Amino acid sequence: MKRRNFLGLMGAAGISATLATEAQAGGNIHFEGYPGSKGVLFDATRCIGCRKCEVGCNEVNNLPKPAKPFDDLTVLDTERRTQNEAYTVVNKYVQEDGTTVFRKIQCMHCLEPSCASACFVSAFAKQPSGAVTYDESVCVGCRYCMVACPFEIPTYTYNDPITPKVVKCDLCDANIKAGRIAVPGCVSKCPKEALIFGERDELLKIARNRIEAAPDKYLDHIYGEREMGGTSWLYLSGVPFKQIGMREDLGVQSGPELTSGALSVVAMVPALWPLLLAGVYGMTKRTDKINKKEKADAVAEAIATTQDKAKADLKTAMERAQADKEATVKREVAKALEEAAKAAEEGEKEEEGA
Amino acid sequence: MHQIFYTLQDFMLYTKGWAYILMGTSLVVFVAYWKFLFGRDKD
Amino acid sequence: MTTEAISKKSLFTPFNVIAGLILALGAVLTVWRFTQGLGAVTNLDNNNPWGIWIGFDLLCGVALAAGGYVTSSAVYLFGMKKHHAAVRPAILTAFLGYLFVVVALNYDLGRPLRLPYPFVVQSGTTSMLFEVGLCVALYLTVLFLEFSPAALEWLGYKRLRNTIHKCTIALTIFGVVLSTLHQSSLGALYLIAPSKLHPLWYSTYLPTFFFVSSAAAGMSMVMLEGWLSHKPFHNVMSDEYLGQHDDLYYGFAKGASWVLLGYVFIKVIGVAVDNEWSMLASGWGQWFLFELLGFALLPSLLYAIGARERNLKLIRWTALLTVVGIVLNRLNVSLIAFNYHLPSEMRYFPSWQEVGVTLFVCTMLVVTFKFIVTRMPIFYDHPEYKDEH
Repeated sequence: MKRRNFLGLMGAAGISATLATEAQAGGNIHFEGYPGSKGVLFDATRCIGCRKCEVGCNEVNNLPKPAKPFDDLTVLDTERRTQNEAYTVVNKYVQEDGTTVFRKIQCMHCLEPSCASACFVSAFAKQPSGAVTYDESVCVGCRYCMVACPFEIPTYTYNDPITPKVVKCDLCDANIKAGRIAVPGCVSKCPKEALIFGERDELLKIARNRIEAAPDKYLDHIYGEREMGGTSWLYLSGVPFKQIGMREDLGVQSGPELTSGALSVVAMVPALWPLLLAGVYGMTKRTDKINKKEKADAVAEAIATTQDKAKADLKTAMERAQADKEATVKREVAKALEEAAKAAEEGEKEEEGA
Repeated sequence: MHQIFYTLQDFMLYTKGWAYILMGTSLVVFVAYWKFLFGRDKD
Repeated sequence: MTTEAISKKSLFTPFNVIAGLILALGAVLTVWRFTQGLGAVTNLDNNNPWGIWIGFDLLCGVALAAGGYVTSSAVYLFGMKKHHAAVRPAILTAFLGYLFVVVALNYDLGRPLRLPYPFVVQSGTTSMLFEVGLCVALYLTVLFLEFSPAALEWLGYKRLRNTIHKCTIALTIFGVVLSTLHQSSLGALYLIAPSKLHPLWYSTYLPTFFFVSSAAAGMSMVMLEGWLSHKPFHNVMSDEYLGQHDDLYYGFAKGASWVLLGYVFIKVIGVAVDNEWSMLASGWGQWFLFELLGFALLPSLLYAIGARERNLKLIRWTALLTVVGIVLNRLNVSLIAFNYHLPSEMRYFPSWQEVGVTLFVCTMLVVTFKFIVTRMPIFYDHPEYKDEH
C-alpha cells in the first residue's frame, strides 16, 4: 500500500516536470540587441584567400609567428580551425565545377551568445560595441563554453598547467576601446574589401543591396542574420553555405533561448517539491498515527471483551456452584428426612414385633 | 527598479539571479512555516 | 598463529595489493596532471573539451549516487520504515560518490582553485552548470550531515549527533529537492548544443530523462552494493539489516521496474515529438534502440519477473544490467553521440592517463567505503541508539 503511494507520486512528479519544460522564460518580452552595435560583413565572392587578414590579426594581437609563413598558401590545402595562436583562419573549398571559394572563420560574435549563457562565472559578455568578450580573471576552466559554442570557435591552452585560459577573437574590442586601432586587425588588412566593419544594421542593408544588384552572383541568404538568434558577423556567398564549411542546420534559436525552458523549471522545483514531499510525509505520519490508534483501540477492545467474558464465566460458575450447593442441601435434607421416616417406620415395626 | 535590457542573456542573468535568491528563501520559509503550522499539534 | 603473522596476512590481500598499485599510479598521474597541464595527460582538444572525467566521473558518478535520495525518501517520507537499516549504507555511498565526483572534477578543471568562484566572485545564473554546481555543493553538505550521525556515534559526540538526527526529515526533503534539480540539470547541460548531440539523444526532455533514469539507477545501485558488500562485510551486518534485505530487494525491484517502464515511454515520446522515427533505421538508430530496449525495457521486464518469482539472483543481475545501461546512456549523451558530426579522426577517445585517474578515483572511493563500514555503525545500529527508529 505505502509502496504504491510512493511510486504513484514518483510518476506524478515525472509528468509535471515534463509538462513544465515547455514554459519559456522571458515571457513575451523581445530583445533587439544593442542599438548601433558593430559587426563585420564577409563576402565570399570577393575573398581571394591571400591570408592577409590572418596577418592583421596576428600583428594586432601580438600572436606568435606561425611555423609556415603567412604567404605560404599551401597551408590552405588542409581545412583548419581556430587555434590558441590563430583567432582567425581562412579555408579553401574546391567546388564541384573546380572553382575555389574561400571562407574566413573567427568568433561570430552572436547577438545572444551561447558561451555567455553557458558560463557559470559569467566570464563572457555581449558588449554594446557588438563584441563578445571574455574575462580571463574569473574563468574556472570548465570549458562548457566550448561545448556550447555552435561554431566551435573558443580554444583552450591545455598545455598551461597553472593559468590555462580560453582563447578567442574579441573583435579587437580592447584595442579599439584603447584607441590603438579604429577597425579590427583582419578588416584593416583586407585588400579586396571582402570584409566591411560597421553597424550591423547598415551591413544588413549593404548585403541586401548586393544580393539585389546581382541576384545571379549571390545566394539569397545572409548567413548570420538569423542563425543562432543572429550574429554580428554576416556572410554572403555565391555557393551554398554548406559547401564552404558552414552548418546550415543550426536553427534560429539562441543559446539563452535553448536553456530558458529548463531554467524556468528549476525555480519551480524548490517551491513545489517541499509542498508535495512534506505533504506526503504528513500523510504518512497521520496514517501511522491512525493505524497506531486503531491498533490500540482494538487491543483495548479485545482486553475488554476478554474481561467481560471472564466475568460472565465466573458468574455462570458461581451460579452453577450455588445451584449445586442448593441441590446438595436439598438432596441432603431429603435424604435426612427419608432416613428419619425410615427409622420411625422401623421403630414401629420393632414395637409391633416385641 | 527599472532597468533596460538589450539582450535576452542580460535579462536572464538578472532575473535568474532573483529566482535563485527566492528559491533559497522559499526553502527557509517552508521550514519555519511548517513549524508554525504544526506547532500546537501533540505527537 | 602469532599476531605478526595475522597482520602480515591481512596486509597483503589481493584487494590491498591491487588497490595499492592503483593508488600509487594515481599519485604519479596526479603529479603529472598538475605540473604538466591537461594537455600532457588527456586527449582533450579544442573540438572535444569534455572527456571521460566529465562523461563518466561526473555524469555517471552523480547518477549512480542517486541511491541516497531514493532510499532516504522511500524510508522517511513514503513510509517504508521497516527498511530503515538500508538508509545508512545508501547515504554513505551517495556521500562518498559525490565527494569523489568533486575530487575528479578538480582534475578536469583548468583552474581548480577557482572552483568556488561561481558562488563567491561572480555568478553566471543563466548557466545550467551554475545550477549543477550549486546543487552538488549543497547536496554534498546535506549528505555529509545525513551521514554524520554514524561518525558522531562512533566518535561519541552524543549531543551533536542528536541535534542532527532531529533534522532528518528536513534534510531528506532538501536532499530530494537538490537531487531532482541537479540530476535533471546534468541532462539540461546539453540543451544548449542541439547541433552537436545526435538528434535521437537530444531532446527538450533531456532533463526529465536524466531525472527519471537517476531514480532507477539509484535503486539498482543500492541493490548492487548490497550484493557486493554482502560477502566482505557480512561480519558487520546486523540481523536486522540482513533480515530485511531480501524484502528490500523485492520492493526496490518492483520500484525500479515501474520507473524504467515509464522511462521507456518518455524516451519513445521524445522520438515522437521530434519526429525522428526514420532515424531509427540508421546505424545511430540501431545503437539508440540497443540502449533503449536492451538496457531499459529488458531490465524493467527482468525486474518484474524477478520480483514475481522471488528470484533474488535474477534481481541482482538485473541491477547490474541497469547500472551498465545508465552508464551507457550517460556516455552516449556526453561522448559517443556527442560531436557525432565530426569526422572519425577528430573524435575523442580517452588516453590511458585519463582512464588511470578515473580508476584511481574509483579505488579511493572503495577504500574509503571499506574504512568507514568496518569502523562506524553503518550496517548495524550503534547499541546506544538502537531503539530510536
